[in-house]
Amino acid sequence: MKEKILEIISNYNKDKTRLMDILHDIQSIAGYVDAESIELLHKELGISASQVREVISFYHFYSSEPLGKVNIYLNDSVTAIMHGREAILETFEKECNVKEGSVSEDGQFGLFHTSCIGMNDQEPAAIINGKMFTRLTPYRVKEIVKDLKSGKDIKELIYEGDGGGRNALPGIHSMVCNNIRRRSALLTHDYTPFDVTKKVLANTSPEAIIDVVEASNIRGRGGAGFPTGMKWKFGRKAVGDHHVIICNADEGEPGTFKDRVILTEFPELVFEGMVIAGYAVGADIGLLYLRYEYKYLLNYLNGILADMRSKKLLGNGINKIEGFNFDIRIQLGAGAYICGEESALIESLEGKRGEPRDKPPFPVERGYLNYPTVVNNVETLALIPKIITKGSDWFLGLGNKASAGTKILSISGDCNYPGIYEVEWGTTIKDILDMSGSLDVQAIQVAGPSGALIGEKDFGRQISYTDLPTGGSMIVFGKERDILNDVVMNFLNFFIEESCGSCSTCRNMTSVLKERFTKILNGRGVKSDIDDLLNWSELLKVSRCGLGQTAANPITSSITNFRHLYENLIQKDVVFDTGFDLEESVKASCAAVGRQPILHNM
Amino acid sequence: MSKKIIATASLAGCFGCHMSILDIDERILDLVELVEFNKSPVDDIKKFTKRVDVGIIEGGCCNSENVENLKYFRENCDVLISLGECAIMGGLPALRNGIPIKECLAEAYLDGPTVGLNTEKIIPNDPELPMILDKVYPCHEVVKIDYYLPGCPPRADLIWDALVALLTGSEMDLPYEVIKFD
Repeated sequence: MKEKILEIISNYNKDKTRLMDILHDIQSIAGYVDAESIELLHKELGISASQVREVISFYHFYSSEPLGKVNIYLNDSVTAIMHGREAILETFEKECNVKEGSVSEDGQFGLFHTSCIGMNDQEPAAIINGKMFTRLTPYRVKEIVKDLKSGKDIKELIYEGDGGGRNALPGIHSMVCNNIRRRSALLTHDYTPFDVTKKVLANTSPEAIIDVVEASNIRGRGGAGFPTGMKWKFGRKAVGDHHVIICNADEGEPGTFKDRVILTEFPELVFEGMVIAGYAVGADIGLLYLRYEYKYLLNYLNGILADMRSKKLLGNGINKIEGFNFDIRIQLGAGAYICGEESALIESLEGKRGEPRDKPPFPVERGYLNYPTVVNNVETLALIPKIITKGSDWFLGLGNKASAGTKILSISGDCNYPGIYEVEWGTTIKDILDMSGSLDVQAIQVAGPSGALIGEKDFGRQISYTDLPTGGSMIVFGKERDILNDVVMNFLNFFIEESCGSCSTCRNMTSVLKERFTKILNGRGVKSDIDDLLNWSELLKVSRCGLGQTAANPITSSITNFRHLYENLIQKDVVFDTGFDLEESVKASCAAVGRQPILHNM
Repeated sequence: MSKKIIATASLAGCFGCHMSILDIDERILDLVELVEFNKSPVDDIKKFTKRVDVGIIEGGCCNSENVENLKYFRENCDVLISLGECAIMGGLPALRNGIPIKECLAEAYLDGPTVGLNTEKIIPNDPELPMILDKVYPCHEVVKIDYYLPGCPPRADLIWDALVALLTGSEMDLPYEVIKFD
């Protein structure tokens, strides 16, 4: 084993910035990263053993403890729960004889929860040994486990056949479905791959490309909405030995899955967008950071890159343009929501924990390995070839004044037709609900847990950078859903799980908020608790990154828009209650020492 | 003016805060002019004998007796003060928070290096003993607390100034050095 691990390390030229890949490779042959491997990594890479450990412990899909032969990661997003996750979990636990969060005694099965895996339109879903399984039912789970026990290979288990579109290609061969239900600017097939690279770049200056992008008014599609043209301009101006283009394909916001569909059906658009960005910014390094959950797309995407290289669309002297040298490498993540934040993503690309950096300097000044770095979302980059081909006026003709173009929405939850909808900016929430067949709607979560939970009075509002900005996640909740217990609590747990722990506000306050929220749910709340929740939420805004700054949004937006749900739960005639419960708090110790609690006159 | 009445208690604390009360030195003579002590380790009065103006609590709650005592203070005091780190945040005893109580008890009575005399491997469970709580609670998580005086222990001057301010109704000077700890 030692030789194999040394071989892996030398495959990456003992480069410590490739630690992510090295850990993936070690785990794929050894099942986990043991102490001996950590020691080897410390010696060979010239980093301390604790530096290796802190990376392993940071990411959900690395482990320094033995895992099962088969490892099941069951998604615990709110939509999974709404579609019957509990029964799926019970069936897995029973059939595999293992409790969630552990490995079975025979070492056969590991069963773990995991944050949203980008399959909200086909829940409940699980990742089993890296392979995606969607639309699970207890019946299917029994079949799957039976076959796994009989020694069948994971690849033989897809009874239902492949999902539609390119999911059926041999390179993907997955049961995942695209569910594209509305196509507009990006998702229509009016694009000849690499036409821009072949026909336009040779006779257009980088500045002219940036001018078109800037004139189109396109803003970042990941959620923050920074003007793309301006970002490219800054990147081009910044001085460095290398310039870097990063495509952020770490979509982790619960409820969003549009990047998965774009990468499945239109990867050429994305890669060509990167090439154009590389040309415009003067970059030579291209990186696509693919979330681990989408590993099933990795070979397929690498195949396309190889094809591009063979056609001289990547590499040195692309399309015979002198001095235009640009190549793309795909970096696989390892399970961390925070890596969707651009500076955390860059840290991760450098083989470190995905902890956001202090800003400034911004990535366009000092990003990946301190080179000027432009980070763009998958959807943003995929729109670029179309904007260059059709012109900025075409793009400006779509959407509304503040928000040009279209937005791809990932709609899921209590709607008849969950899936991908490409709409123009300015579309109202009511139209979105109508087009997705959402009836009897109580609430819709716009832009995921870090966004806003809105109710009927706001259904006339528009998706727009100036009204309701969104990275595309839309989760619909029907009238019968328990918003506080099921939705808000799920989101709070999500942020507690995914906080990187760097800022004390985000590390602690998320748990403090949950405690107070739980007190209200338990019927011990008083009016001042609601005020406390709102006041304390303000503290989170001093956190370093967007995760921390928005981690209280499930609380604040549910209080703002669904205050009556809280008021129904609080005690009417009590002004103060700590929520302390003596009976509950002595239960564990009395059980441990074997005595009956005495609770009289207390 | 009738004397204000004060009561004090040490719950899951080390009595360091009470030592700090005594650290006001000869000013204790002035204090006696201002106040009368009721239930307190200072005078060893066990039960409240009258309504109390100010209750001062050292230490958090680690067992059911602490809880009972704290509630008893809340019922009998108009104003209740958490005095010192343990009352305010749990302090050193709260280091066990996060470790399951079963493991704590096992370490203390069965597995630890100093359990040699416990040959019968007994974890004390006499009904007379207070019941251990699942974690150490700061006072304000059990009852309403009106004021907090931080420190480990709070400086004698801080205690003196706070009591004088409270008892005379004057404003209190709280310079940064007094409430910053690092």
